[in-house]
Amino acid sequence: MIIKKLMSCIRQYKKDSLLTAVYVVLEVVLEIIIPLLMANLIDFGIDQGNMTYILKMGTALLLSALLSLVFGAFAGKSAATASAGFARNLRRDMYYNVQNFSFSNIDKLSTASIVTRLTTDVTNVQLAYQMVIRLAVRAPIMMIFALAVSFGINARLSLIFLASVPLLGAGLYLIIKNAYPIFIRVFKTYDKLNSAVSENLRGIRVVKSFTREDFEKKKFEAISGEIYADFSKAEKLIAFNMPLMQFCMYACMLLVSWFGARIIVAGGGNPDAGLSTGQLLSLITYAIQILTSLMMISMVLVMITISRASAARIVELTNEESDLKNCANPVTSVQNGDICFEGVNFSYAKNADKLCLDNINLSIKSGETIGILGSTGSAKTSLVQLIPRLYDVVSGRVTVGGIDVREYDLETLRNEVAMVLQKNVLFSGTIKENLRWGNENVSDEELIQACRLARAHDFIQSFPNGYETHLEQGGTNVSGGQKQRLCIARALLKKPKILILDDSTSAVDIRTEALIRYGLKENIPGTTKIVIAQRVSSVIDADRIVVMDDGKISAIGTHDELMQRSSIYREVYESQAKGGVINE
Amino acid sequence: MSEQSPNIPKRKMNTTTIKRLLSYLRAYKVRFIFVLVCIVISAAVSVVSSLFLQTLIDDYITPLLIEAVPDFSGLLHIIILMGFIYLVGVLATLFYNRVMVDIAQGILKKIRDQMFSHMQTLPIEYYDTHTHGDLMSHYTNDADTLRQMLTISIPQVFSSLVTIIAVFFAMLYLSVWLTLLVVITIFIMTKVISKIANKSRQYFIKQQASIGDLNGYIEEMVNGQKVIKVFCHEKKAKETFDLKNDNLCDNATKANKYANILMPIMNNLGYILYVLLAVAGGAMAIAGVTNIGLTGKNFVSLGMIASFLQLSRIFIHPIAQVSQQINSIVMALAGAERIFKLMDEKSETDDGHVTLVKAKYENGIMTETNESTGLWAWKHPQADGIVTYTKLKGEVRFYNVDFSYEENKPVLHDITLYAEFGQKIAFVGATGAGKTTITNLINRFYDIADGKIRYDGININKIKKADLRRSLGMVLQDVNLFTGTVLDNIRYGNLAASDDECIAAAKLANADSFIRMLPRGYATVLSGDGSGLSQGQRQLLSIARAAVADPPVMILDEATSSIDTRTEAIVQRGMDSLMQDRTVFVIAHRLSTIQNSDVIMVLEQGRIIERGSHEKLLNEKGKYYQLYTGTGGQA
Repeated sequence: MIIKKLMSCIRQYKKDSLLTAVYVVLEVVLEIIIPLLMANLIDFGIDQGNMTYILKMGTALLLSALLSLVFGAFAGKSAATASAGFARNLRRDMYYNVQNFSFSNIDKLSTASIVTRLTTDVTNVQLAYQMVIRLAVRAPIMMIFALAVSFGINARLSLIFLASVPLLGAGLYLIIKNAYPIFIRVFKTYDKLNSAVSENLRGIRVVKSFTREDFEKKKFEAISGEIYADFSKAEKLIAFNMPLMQFCMYACMLLVSWFGARIIVAGGGNPDAGLSTGQLLSLITYAIQILTSLMMISMVLVMITISRASAARIVELTNEESDLKNCANPVTSVQNGDICFEGVNFSYAKNADKLCLDNINLSIKSGETIGILGSTGSAKTSLVQLIPRLYDVVSGRVTVGGIDVREYDLETLRNEVAMVLQKNVLFSGTIKENLRWGNENVSDEELIQACRLARAHDFIQSFPNGYETHLEQGGTNVSGGQKQRLCIARALLKKPKILILDDSTSAVDIRTEALIRYGLKENIPGTTKIVIAQRVSSVIDADRIVVMDDGKISAIGTHDELMQRSSIYREVYESQAKGGVINE
Repeated sequence: MSEQSPNIPKRKMNTTTIKRLLSYLRAYKVRFIFVLVCIVISAAVSVVSSLFLQTLIDDYITPLLIEAVPDFSGLLHIIILMGFIYLVGVLATLFYNRVMVDIAQGILKKIRDQMFSHMQTLPIEYYDTHTHGDLMSHYTNDADTLRQMLTISIPQVFSSLVTIIAVFFAMLYLSVWLTLLVVITIFIMTKVISKIANKSRQYFIKQQASIGDLNGYIEEMVNGQKVIKVFCHEKKAKETFDLKNDNLCDNATKANKYANILMPIMNNLGYILYVLLAVAGGAMAIAGVTNIGLTGKNFVSLGMIASFLQLSRIFIHPIAQVSQQINSIVMALAGAERIFKLMDEKSETDDGHVTLVKAKYENGIMTETNESTGLWAWKHPQADGIVTYTKLKGEVRFYNVDFSYEENKPVLHDITLYAEFGQKIAFVGATGAGKTTITNLINRFYDIADGKIRYDGININKIKKADLRRSLGMVLQDVNLFTGTVLDNIRYGNLAASDDECIAAAKLANADSFIRMLPRGYATVLSGDGSGLSQGQRQLLSIARAAVADPPVMILDEATSSIDTRTEAIVQRGMDSLMQDRTVFVIAHRLSTIQNSDVIMVLEQGRIIERGSHEKLLNEKGKYYQLYTGTGGQA
């Protein structure tokens, strides 16, 4: 199954793969012929002192060598093209599939594991594939040809090779069989090592402030010790390969020498009566070729077994299907910014005991500003994530512009519903490039306008390079509040019908936040605005405020209404009013 | 991925890198010598085995052919003798292969451990300026190429060299003229080979660079995958990926193409050499040219030419092998260079000699003790040999401190502040005003440019960093958790804490209730940086982690920013008891979090512009008042 799936990724490189095989076969044929020519050159040329013959055979040999070189080079070239191309297709298929992932797919696979699959695993498979198309063809054909020729020379002596093949084969099989499970374990431990390092890198401030350097070292050393132990064990088993091969080769040589000598002597050195000395030499050459081929086969097997784990991981990623798909005839325009939740139940896990959102009914009119408050874990984010269909409901339905979100074309829907995520990301590139994510073709004026609205223009201008300032990966060279404002500007550039701010101003100071809110209200009145916030001040002037509690809507209303009706709201308000957070 | 490009190895291999790698072998001196001996034996046996055939034919079979009653006992003897030699060879091969595994894996473990342990000592600045992907690749790609070199390339190259030398002398022994011919041919051959190998290497380097480029891109994109989805940016993300992917494919194809071509060229040039030798030898024999061997002058014999031809075959094979390994060696050395570069990065400087010790009062005088008394003291060895003890209180004073991350871009100007024992000091101000920077100076993540910071009256530069940080508890806005159980994560604050103490800390931070809701309570394993938890829950855990550490000074940098105010109000009670009898530095946007502070410092562009209590600042109607009431500004 895995192999079949992988094979389907060869695609346009099938031709190169097949060509490799053809060139390899031709090369092998010449490699079989060349020792024969060399034997002749010695037997009839040098031993007889026949210069004409030497020149004749020499020319033939030269030609064969040149041809073999050409075929060999072609085989190498097409093998490289095929395997590098194959790897390219694998990476592409995986990456494209990741782009199709829904949020729940992304939640399931960690970033690190996706990256390893796209890099290390592909390299493993690429190497294995190159080996397979070059050696897997070469070795068996070489073996068959060599056996055939040696049987032609002397059948009885060739039986020795035939006997040694299963012996070596069985030995190699045993080695691989025992080493494989250890290798698999080693790769698992490698994952552990990688995640230990990456956690350490990310948490270095924590490590340092708790002075846990030694603790981290010990943790790391335990893992690297595991790798050491397992890798040594596996490689020590593999280390039997070479000696075993040598043992078989030497044994064959001695046996062929002994029996060969007796046959030669019995036949008086006459090829017709048995065997000539030149033939004995050829036989041994072929013996080495046969055993080397077997060795190659075993190497290919090792490569395949090692890369099998990688292949499985690749296929797992290409086969992972997005659980969010466009329906058959998707709607490609959104009428307005109306939102309606009708009896919505939702949970992240398929069959969770407890629903994350429990029977939500909520209707929002186009252009309304809705604030959402609620304690940590009350499912505020879960609620709004259903609007741009980042997840699908378990039951009930969510409509935007009067149509079920599942009936929209995903891209259409998400272009109209801009969401600023709680955990937002900027990408390496200039500020302008990052902002253009919202809209490819935006003019500079519009760009500045959006940044003014998000209160980002001023600080951008204060940078020496302004909008061309280069952001590091993850936007580490701007502060948290600046990052949030850039993210808001980016979302505004989409000119969405619905704008969702999921705790997107938590690092922005209150004054600036108030300015942003005011700007949004004045400048994009037609856009439905949903604001999740911790601070009551962030939502106090909203048309309506939704109070969430433990996956349910606890109360809806304006500030004044809620002050009367909702004890939770009152509590929150008072805790903050005391702190002077709310003062408009 | 700015670190990728400058690592292109020079044309000449870096000898210091090689020397340094060799120094790792020192620990395995005996075993490595054993390996070398075994390789010599193994190589010698394989040369002997190739020569044996000629002997077999010339000295045994041919004479037997003339004997009327052939006596095979001589042949039997030589075959048994050869059997023994071969056995020795096989065993030598087995030994060196297995022992080499030990050496290689041992060295790799040592390098990995050293690398990691050195990484722990690097200043925060280093982590700011290097991407994680780059650092990770030292542990994966670079270490892997080293492994290949140690286990495969080094033994093979050495064995090949031994064979080459042995065969070379054997050839000289037979004929100087023909050897000369071989040398000339090989010289031309290596010229061709090195041209190709060079091409190949160039592309391998390019391949490595494009791998780095692609990896970095993938990592960044996958990390921001959710943002890509929200912005429907998939098409763009694919386009750039395709470019980088095709670029890698292109370089990989070229690199492998040249590498793959090497072997057939070597092999077939070997055949061409063979023909040349046969023709030259034949001509010499027929013309009756005088041959010069190491043993002296003689005539060119046909047997000699046959032997020589045989030798030339053995000669080519190891040369081909060496040339094949060159690439992986070059790549491994480039990897090693990168690894060593990391190991050579300057550690955080730590000239501190003042350490933190447990203390007790004995007759009113403070002395050092091993018991846990709850009392800590700074142990201060003076220049004159006298050791003084200062009680750890948690007083922090800044005197005219200036600081900048980059030169000429000052972040803090002339900061002077006193934090007395048990006080709560708050920093407020716009983002980028320098609040976090101040706290980063207290724990010496960065060192000040000018001014003085004193901790309990001691210049903080004199305090050992580890001890300084041990006395400070940090709760940061971005919470980092580690793979392990919830309990393990809390215990990170104090490895000696009992389960009960950890749970008590969790209760204090109000984390207990949500932890108990997790599938396995405190034993729930968090993985992937605790990705299953909300930002607020993570902050609660982080507070519990600091609580269990029980330090005299706490730094809370937006520690509760993602916790809703209702929960915060509950946490606040715990926080209050946590803050009791401690010096606390608080950074928060939410002014409710800080208004009961003893001193509030308002920062603007790296300067303290206002300071005082909440009431005092409100009365002043300055910046704080504006922040507090949300008035002022351009609106």
